[in-house]
Amino acid sequence: MRQIHYQEIVDRVKELCQEANYDLGQDVIQAFEQAVQTESSDIGKGVLTQLIENANIASENRVPMCQDTGVSVFIVKLGQDCHIAGGSLYQAINEGVKQGYEEGYLRYSIVDDPLSRKNTGDNTPAVIHIELTEGDKLEIQMTAKGGGAENMSALKMLTPSDGLEGVKNFILDTVKHAGPNACPPLVVGIGIGGNFESCAYLAKKSLFKPVGERHREREIAQLEEELIQSINALGIGPQGLGGNTTTLDVKIETAPCHIAALPVAVNLNCHASRHKHLVI
Amino acid sequence: MVPKKIRVPFQDETIIQSLQAGDQVLLTGTIFTARDAAHKRMAEQLEKGEKLPVDLTNQVIYYVGPTPAREGEVIGAAGPTTSSRMDKYTPFLLEKGLKGMVGKGYRSQEVIDAISAKQAVYFAAIGGSGALLAKRIRAVELVAYEDLGTEAIRKLEVEDFPCMVINDAEGRDWYKESQAVFKSSAE
Repeated sequence: MRQIHYQEIVDRVKELCQEANYDLGQDVIQAFEQAVQTESSDIGKGVLTQLIENANIASENRVPMCQDTGVSVFIVKLGQDCHIAGGSLYQAINEGVKQGYEEGYLRYSIVDDPLSRKNTGDNTPAVIHIELTEGDKLEIQMTAKGGGAENMSALKMLTPSDGLEGVKNFILDTVKHAGPNACPPLVVGIGIGGNFESCAYLAKKSLFKPVGERHREREIAQLEEELIQSINALGIGPQGLGGNTTTLDVKIETAPCHIAALPVAVNLNCHASRHKHLVI
Repeated sequence: MVPKKIRVPFQDETIIQSLQAGDQVLLTGTIFTARDAAHKRMAEQLEKGEKLPVDLTNQVIYYVGPTPAREGEVIGAAGPTTSSRMDKYTPFLLEKGLKGMVGKGYRSQEVIDAISAKQAVYFAAIGGSGALLAKRIRAVELVAYEDLGTEAIRKLEVEDFPCMVINDAEGRDWYKESQAVFKSSAE
């Protein structure tokens, strides 16, 4: 059985947290550059240009692109032939987050209790999802998920008679309601199917895929493209100041569900779609 | 459009009245940071009949929780947070003389009405451009609620800080107006 040491995970997670916050992915930068060409509002074009400039400053000066350096969310694929030596995987990830945020001048945005609300002072605990897979590799995906867009996300338990129309309407209503609050242009992550909790996870998981990549199944890819068009027709535009770039991309994940159910989750991401990935 | 250069705190009401929804402005002077936790605490102090830690007369509040500064810098990233979370507290602060707010996103109708009734103004800065906006902040001074960390009240000295008028003293709403233009042209 392959061994991976606790300390290696700590060090790599620490780097991952900092890179996510300083270096906006090329997928998002390319989407900005493309949107500058197609945006019909001058103010909208100006916003997009400033977002590119902001990303450049952040990367060059090693300063976070956004002051909301987010909840650290991890999707970890742990190969069943891989053993973590020297400590627990959960502890290693949280220690990496703590060191990454402290040493990287990132903001601590987590409170210990949702009601009494005292800041934990190191951005932990992270939200960690672990999936067991075949093989002996450890794959870690991380996103720094901002609060503004998360607050405007929504889940609804539709029923079969609502159908595809119901699904589309709920997605559009969620984006409309969010308007400028979620920092458009958005990346819209959608989960369809599963049950109450797995539907939300599908939506979150979809946001880890690169912007611009279409779903592997043709029918779902077409639905993604259709939704991109109808969301951009809402007129909300960059920062809600009007325009035809309301979304940079729409991502859908689906799963089997109960005969009585049609759950839909819409997890909005701001334009700072910070997702990083590593394999040990 | 050439941005209007505005000094803050506001010297007199006519400056605020001259600002129209959709105007691009550059703020120069001092503004105060406050977001969720600081607003909650200010509201609690008002409820107890205590004095606020800052005199808000003619002042501007910026809804921001910055990241820590690296050595040699005055502040880290410092972009706006979602304003609607402060809606509940805003009418009380306008009563106390607050004249301007900088944030991002929709305000409630109650707040829009209060802004107009009190002849104040709501600006939006570009959300998610915290690295860029930080370059317009020249000095930072901790003023109150230090225990709140990033959510403490700080005094910022800003120079040509870029934002846009969303809700003006006449009660107009630039989000509504500008989005309507592109919605009709897109359908």
